[in-house]
Amino acid sequence: MRAERPPVLFVVLATVGVAFFVLPLAGLVYRAPWETALSDLTSSEAITALRLSFVVSIAATALALLLGIPLAWIYARVAFPGRDIARALTTLPMILPPVVGGVALLFAFGRRGLFGQALDSMFGIRLPFTTAGAVLAATFVAMPFLVLTVEAGLRSMDRRYEDAARTLGAGRWVVFRRVTLPLVAPSIFAGAVLSWARALGEFGATITFAGNLPGTTQTLPLAVYIALETRPEVAIMLSLVLLAISLAILVGMRDRYLRAF
Amino acid sequence: MKVHLVSAFVLATALVLSACTTSSTGVDTPVVGEVTIFAASSLTDAFRQVGDQMMKAKGDVRLTFNFGSSSTLATQITNGAPADVFASADDANMQKIVDSKLADGSSKGFASNRLQIAVAAGNPKKIGGLDDLARPDVVLVLAAPTVPAGKYALEAMNKAGVVAKPLSQEVDVRAVLNKVSLGEADAGIVYVTDVMSAMGRVTGVDIPEQQQVIAHYPIAVVKGSKNAPLANRFIDFLVSPNGQNTLAEFGFSKP
Repeated sequence: MRAERPPVLFVVLATVGVAFFVLPLAGLVYRAPWETALSDLTSSEAITALRLSFVVSIAATALALLLGIPLAWIYARVAFPGRDIARALTTLPMILPPVVGGVALLFAFGRRGLFGQALDSMFGIRLPFTTAGAVLAATFVAMPFLVLTVEAGLRSMDRRYEDAARTLGAGRWVVFRRVTLPLVAPSIFAGAVLSWARALGEFGATITFAGNLPGTTQTLPLAVYIALETRPEVAIMLSLVLLAISLAILVGMRDRYLRAF
Repeated sequence: MKVHLVSAFVLATALVLSACTTSSTGVDTPVVGEVTIFAASSLTDAFRQVGDQMMKAKGDVRLTFNFGSSSTLATQITNGAPADVFASADDANMQKIVDSKLADGSSKGFASNRLQIAVAAGNPKKIGGLDDLARPDVVLVLAAPTVPAGKYALEAMNKAGVVAKPLSQEVDVRAVLNKVSLGEADAGIVYVTDVMSAMGRVTGVDIPEQQQVIAHYPIAVVKGSKNAPLANRFIDFLVSPNGQNTLAEFGFSKP
């Protein structure tokens, strides 16, 4: 890449742009109660939220992998009518306001919802106010990241390896498991990490669909919101945890993330 | 964050407007311009109505409302949100503003409210009182204990000797009402005024006097208000017979 001397105007505007993102973080770090950091982070409400968030985000990522990899494969390999619309629908949560997602989930899987009603009357399953509901909300917003990343990986992989395996007598399932999966493993990993990060940060759909109860549905972002009014120092420390994780992921994944899109 | 931005914009506009219209004599300065009112979410419908009345009567004024839980609003104001007026659903959150030296003058009680159990329209679960909230077949939702409605609900259940675990602690009383009116929860403890505002989508079950908790609503002008005259005018209107009548229509009681 050729180095270029930037115009002064660009430097000024870019600096403002950087400050716009860095100042809020600086504010958070500045207000952080470092003396009590450890006791704040190990307070029971913080531990409860950390544990629940861990469980919910991992479960959401697992669900996203289970449903998302086959979906990405079909998007990448099968040209069916309406594929673009299907893809748009399944990636909608990336830009949809999460609260809207939560309301939609409520009308679909709530007790009076389109399918929730049947779930309740036939199987006695109720999703709102349960950890499963929180997982569902997190998966709803997180899975698109996995699908898009894996689909991009599948499209850019060299399919001659699959052909070679097939000429050597491997069946479809063996080809998928022994050739395709290892080849797109980096994309799957990147997608899984992005999904996990998105699931970890999920707020709007969760509070709307799953509610807010410590230990059951009160994940880290919800705990931050509630604690801000009563124990701001806990809220700040939990925010910093979320911040550190997100930053670590973006720095660690930069190459993969950019390559995937 | 959005609220801050909007309020900042509103304030900026108010500044310009008031600069344009302040009479040079200083005598009988016309009260015009804009104010931003931070009010407890239970006041949503009543304040909108009062605002409409006042805007109709005074013509040249604009009232912008920011409704939320009193505790959220108090946190926003102590962190510098540009509110002109703060109306809280309890004394504790008003006290936070007073303690932070952010109240201009003293606060004034302008209304009170009572608790009621909100249940699905027609009360299919036959909920008769606070005791029934502990029934295992009743999905109960309360406001978080950090917000006034949640605190009052716990007080009422304590008085009744009821131990019931809610399935969710909602961020404000209107969220509790929504969960009941959407049918996700069978019961929630809200204010009488919330049940009225739901217009039949929920049914209210009365809480007897000895278990009842009365919510007191104080209001104050926030220090640093760019339009204290209009902020004061709003409060005066609220405590005037006209304002009190409107509040009564929405189910509020006298302070």
